[in-house]
Amino acid sequence: MSRRARTALAVIVLAGLAALAVWAVSGLLPFGTPSGPANRLVRTLDHKRQVANAVNGITYDMRGVDTLGEELILFVAALGSAVLLRHRRDDVEEEERAAGPPIADALRVAGTVLVAPLIVLGAYVVGTGHLGPGGGFQGGVILASGLLLAYAAGQVVALERVEPTALVEVAEATGAMAYALVAVGGLVFAGAALENFLPFGTSGQLLSSGTIVVLSVGVGLEVTGAVALILTEFLDQTLLGQGK
Amino acid sequence: MTVLQVVALLGVAAGGTATVLVRDPVRQALVSGGFGLQLAILFFVFQAPDVAMSEIVVATVAVPLMVLLALAKLARDEDPSE
Repeated sequence: MSRRARTALAVIVLAGLAALAVWAVSGLLPFGTPSGPANRLVRTLDHKRQVANAVNGITYDMRGVDTLGEELILFVAALGSAVLLRHRRDDVEEEERAAGPPIADALRVAGTVLVAPLIVLGAYVVGTGHLGPGGGFQGGVILASGLLLAYAAGQVVALERVEPTALVEVAEATGAMAYALVAVGGLVFAGAALENFLPFGTSGQLLSSGTIVVLSVGVGLEVTGAVALILTEFLDQTLLGQGK
Repeated sequence: MTVLQVVALLGVAAGGTATVLVRDPVRQALVSGGFGLQLAILFFVFQAPDVAMSEIVVATVAVPLMVLLALAKLARDEDPSE
């Protein structure tokens, strides 16, 4: 296909897409309608589940089964990349692993200083998803990026000494298992899988919203482990055989 | 619609176009990270902070890093002199 034909096709498709988007958006309620269905949903969740953040009320309660599926997708993706990439790693001698490129002093200092605040931020975002913006997924990726920052700061030697691979694998498995166990718990204690069977507490308190906060922390562990595992395997691949 | 929302929308339009127009894959990975940040601002301005946070962590941490690591590996495999 010639360049002109491709441009014409792109313009036609994009114009059609824009028309559809405008059509869809024009049917919505005006922005910030105080009495719309979203507002009713927020208040229902706040009253019935004592969860201040309705988004996580939907993610971990009303649509908890969807989240279970999404969590397992990430679990399997991390597992698959680890299995595939580790198989290749065995072929290369350990001595051929290089230390990576030299690291600038500024990056070293900034990285080292930022690792601890980043981990605190990640734990905060995981732990307060039921109170405000955040939750297991977002906080989990922040926690995993702490590991990457340690690598970027040149602490790769320290990372290898503590062997985080075993740790991230355990975190991933524990998070996935916690979610499944809470789902079974709903079946046992409340008659339906993922039914919210814990005491709800008071909305706005750290310990509130029943199983929502538990599931959020479980997903946080799982995502931390999965993202850290995928990125560690990718890093290993990049460093493998660099000294050849 | 407020001025802030219009500015955020225009920023996303410019960022998306820039991501497409950059041809070098390494630069494209970084520009797409900046585009993700613009999207996060858009979500935040439209009062969806949860989505904004997800967008930040995915677009500025996970995706560029995976792309860059894959590109580094590919570049070395193609050039055995290194």
